[in-house]
Amino acid sequence: MPASAPAALAHHFDSREQQREAASLGMWVFLVTEIMFFGGLFAAYVVFRSAFPGAFAAASLRLDVLLGTTNTAVLIASSLTMALAVRGAQRGRRATVVLFLVLTMVLGSVFLGIKLHEYHEKFVEHVVPGAGFRFPGPGAGHAQMFFVLYFAMTGLHALHMIVGLGVLTVMLVLAARGRVSAEYYNPIECAGLYWHFVDIVWIFLFPLLYLVGRHG
Amino acid sequence: MTGAHAETGAPPRTHYLNASYGIRSWLLTTDHKRIGILYLISVTFFFAIGGLMAVLIRLELATPQGDLFQADVYNRLFTMHGIMMIFFFLIPSIPAVLGNFLIPIMVGARDLAFPRLNLFSWYLFNLGGLFTIWALVHGGVDTGWTFYTPYSTTYANTHVIATALGIFIAGFSSILTGLNFVVTIHRMRAPGLTWFRLPLFVWSLYATSLIIILGTPVLAITLLLLAAERIVHVGIFDPALGGDPLLFQHLFWFYSHPAVYIMVLPAMGVVSEIVPAFARKKIFGYRFIAYASVALAVLSFLVWGHHMFVAGMSIYAATVFSALSMLVAVPSAVKVFNWTATLYQGSVSWETPMLYALGFIGLFTMGGLTGVMLATLGIDVHVHDTYFIIAHFHYIMVGGAIMGYLGGLHYWWPKITGKLYSRFWSRISAMVIFIGFNVTFFPQFILGYLGMPRRYHAYPPEFQVLNVMSSAGATILGVGYVIPLVYFIWSMRYGRDASSNPWGVVGLEWETTSPPPTENFETTPVVTRGPYEYPHRQEDPGAR
Amino acid sequence: MFPNAPLFPERASAMAAEVDHLFFASLGIAAFFSLLIASFIVYLGTKYRRRSADEVGRPPRPESRATTVLEVTWSVVPLAILIGLFVWGARVYFAISRPPADATEFFVVGKQWMWKIQHPEGNREINELHVPIDRPIKLTMTSEDVIHSFFIPAFRIKQDVLPGRYTTLWFQADRPGTYHLFCAQYCGAEHSKMAGWVSVMEPHEYQAWLAGETGRRAPAASGADLFAAKACNTCHRPDTAARAPILAGLPGRPVRLQDGRTVIADDGYIRESILDPQARIVAGYQPIMPTFKDQLSEDDLIQLLTYIKSLRPPGDDPSPIAASAAPRASRRGARR
Repeated sequence: MPASAPAALAHHFDSREQQREAASLGMWVFLVTEIMFFGGLFAAYVVFRSAFPGAFAAASLRLDVLLGTTNTAVLIASSLTMALAVRGAQRGRRATVVLFLVLTMVLGSVFLGIKLHEYHEKFVEHVVPGAGFRFPGPGAGHAQMFFVLYFAMTGLHALHMIVGLGVLTVMLVLAARGRVSAEYYNPIECAGLYWHFVDIVWIFLFPLLYLVGRHG
Repeated sequence: MTGAHAETGAPPRTHYLNASYGIRSWLLTTDHKRIGILYLISVTFFFAIGGLMAVLIRLELATPQGDLFQADVYNRLFTMHGIMMIFFFLIPSIPAVLGNFLIPIMVGARDLAFPRLNLFSWYLFNLGGLFTIWALVHGGVDTGWTFYTPYSTTYANTHVIATALGIFIAGFSSILTGLNFVVTIHRMRAPGLTWFRLPLFVWSLYATSLIIILGTPVLAITLLLLAAERIVHVGIFDPALGGDPLLFQHLFWFYSHPAVYIMVLPAMGVVSEIVPAFARKKIFGYRFIAYASVALAVLSFLVWGHHMFVAGMSIYAATVFSALSMLVAVPSAVKVFNWTATLYQGSVSWETPMLYALGFIGLFTMGGLTGVMLATLGIDVHVHDTYFIIAHFHYIMVGGAIMGYLGGLHYWWPKITGKLYSRFWSRISAMVIFIGFNVTFFPQFILGYLGMPRRYHAYPPEFQVLNVMSSAGATILGVGYVIPLVYFIWSMRYGRDASSNPWGVVGLEWETTSPPPTENFETTPVVTRGPYEYPHRQEDPGAR
Repeated sequence: MFPNAPLFPERASAMAAEVDHLFFASLGIAAFFSLLIASFIVYLGTKYRRRSADEVGRPPRPESRATTVLEVTWSVVPLAILIGLFVWGARVYFAISRPPADATEFFVVGKQWMWKIQHPEGNREINELHVPIDRPIKLTMTSEDVIHSFFIPAFRIKQDVLPGRYTTLWFQADRPGTYHLFCAQYCGAEHSKMAGWVSVMEPHEYQAWLAGETGRRAPAASGADLFAAKACNTCHRPDTAARAPILAGLPGRPVRLQDGRTVIADDGYIRESILDPQARIVAGYQPIMPTFKDQLSEDDLIQLLTYIKSLRPPGDDPSPIAASAAPRASRRGARR
């Protein structure tokens, strides 16, 4: 065992290889459960959008597509920096890992900041579902349904991002303390998988929420 | 070697139970075997609560008038009975108690892939139970375990959110257990242990874990949406607010149908172990049983609409679900035939575990065939939401799943505790349970076809005779469940010490001591044969 | 069988007999296979019981074509039986689900915890349903609050009754008598009490019963009054389709919507158009119809619906209804 990699082999595993593969598979299985978790919301979205296509299109127009696009770009960039962090870990380059983890976290925070701004705007415009909801024109009730799904889906997504930032903080501490090496970069890899998943969920959310009825 | 397996034997000097003492060594354990026992204590506690509800329900139903409880109290009783039994007993029982204990041993590993996650899972489970008990103590919930909307979102003024939260948390406990099992089975098998050399118990739990992983998150989000609607009063499921009550039902049953396979597949796995063990013969059709387990897991996700034939769904959708529901009966039938065929030319011993396993086969067959009746559209219209349904699912859940669980407990008790229990009392209680069960639930088929709806606490007087019969049976069944509690606890103190292989059967778990050491095996086993390779007659049964 | 403790329900319709035949067939199959398995278990378990402590079973022959054939056989044979049951069951189900065109239409409104029944002749009942024998009767049902279920065991029929939409049930009684009516979907505290009676009467008795109930008025007549009182007639005029579609002859016809879809103007569509007029607007019309959501009860809606369905159309025009300058011009180009 190289001296630079003090990470231990857990007692119930026979080899580092087995431990690493188990952790990766575990993260993949967990991501499958997350897909099913979001899946329920996507199912509700499909049902309500096909019932009220006009109201959904009208409601979607109220979202700021510029901010949404910016956020999409920010998240994709953060996936790039995350991938670079994992690559740095695979090569045992501590500084690289720290740099790209920090960049990923910065980008993630930018995303959340923009999201927070959007939520505030929606609050000011009175399109937050509940007693204060106001939407001009016919079909206000169905437009409210759009916003229920908007807040539920992006809210759940944001929650996952916050958890992701927490996970990355822990990774940052690990990396800064030199606990990551070319022999043991498992946690970074698993964190990367999680981060990419959160990104992919957004890639689906963005067109479904922001781009309804904007073609042409 | 004389070939006579010894039933008793000196216990090992150190094993997982005496490796460390004190409450901290249990509450902070990461040993899968200790966690299995922690779960045993938890699920027994929740079973007792659910069982108490059942006793009160059957007491009320002995008379046609609702004279024991007020209507809304009765509604809370059956709701809590369902929730406790399904989410806090049946779903965790075999996987979290027997699966946790046995899977690492059966794959030749020292522990599950994620031992700390396993412990966390147990704490989550109890946390979920705590929320639900809190709701119970503060008046309970009266929506039925199915939480149909808009009653649960808008009309019920009971502790819906607390209960939903409790189930939500317990759901995550279940997901983490399933995740642990899948990774363990994929990555931690001993050298030489290929997939088709795995015991069928492992196959069953693998299939169960697939269902847990794919289905439980959908229940989780459904419960969250239900809670959100109750709090914010926006219309997702309430038509008065623009929502769709059928959407709730689809989302709910998308999990809750596969959930019944989470409950019965592990019991089938237990039966697949007990039958060859107590016939001392390789199981018939190993691969078919293995494939049937996975087929059940896949097909179970395609049939949820059969709970909604009269719910207002399109008749064409209903037709599709009926056809698929017929299809899902086939893998179960294949298993039943294979188990029965295993007895042919076997050396059949009618020990208690075998009594439970054979009882399972008979009662599960009856329950499953009544399920076929329910999949038949023309019949279901009449019997849906009646006692016929109640009888059907109790035949599967109690006559099937619980008997599988008890059979497994009786089979592996010597391994888990290193003690033997009373053979006499265990056989008595198995028979009392079998008789009590049938007297309780068979009349309910008749009541259902007669038209007695479910969730009724008062009913027309002409239904009384059958109800009294059912309540009498419930008393017998209750007694039957108490007896094992007594002799199992007694055995831990006064039972004879078990040898490593008291039944004289074949399997990795029987090659280590009773109880096993913390690391399960002295050295990692190397597997060169399939799981039920019994030696030919005249040979030493212990030889491999 | 004891009259005080029956083991089988009464049968009061031809459909009930069909359901029972299906049931007995599947019961027979279930009993057969259950007994088969039980017998095999007892027989094999006894014949091959262990005779000495060390006895071992005889290992099965290695998996061969013979065992595969056996496995396939005992998969395919049950599957064939299951498919047969499915087909038979589906046929009965379709018969149960599709009312004949000439069925007399009753309306049912369920609410916690009672059933309100509206006869077409105007009679209204609570928790009781008097019907004439040998006539097909269709029930159009909705709920004012939570999901209920209308269940008549003697006819072997049941249908969930939902808030916000209509569901239907039909039957033809062929035996006079009084039969249980139950609510079969848990609906709250007094769910067990939401029960009643269905009385099947000979035609002359039924007429006598109808006449005997006082204060009744045909729902269509009340609906006509409501139609005027709520000023529906200011836009929905029989002479021009300029501001709103002509309603005479509308029920049951295809309607083209603004977003290009075509739907059938069934009871549910008409009800929705009154409560949520912007949901599915007919093509070519402005969204000017106000909602009557909090102004009309389910009973009111039933009266309006019955009235609208009673309007005679100007001519027999099967083309989809869409906006046009004059009613007849819609025929050209709009035919599908």
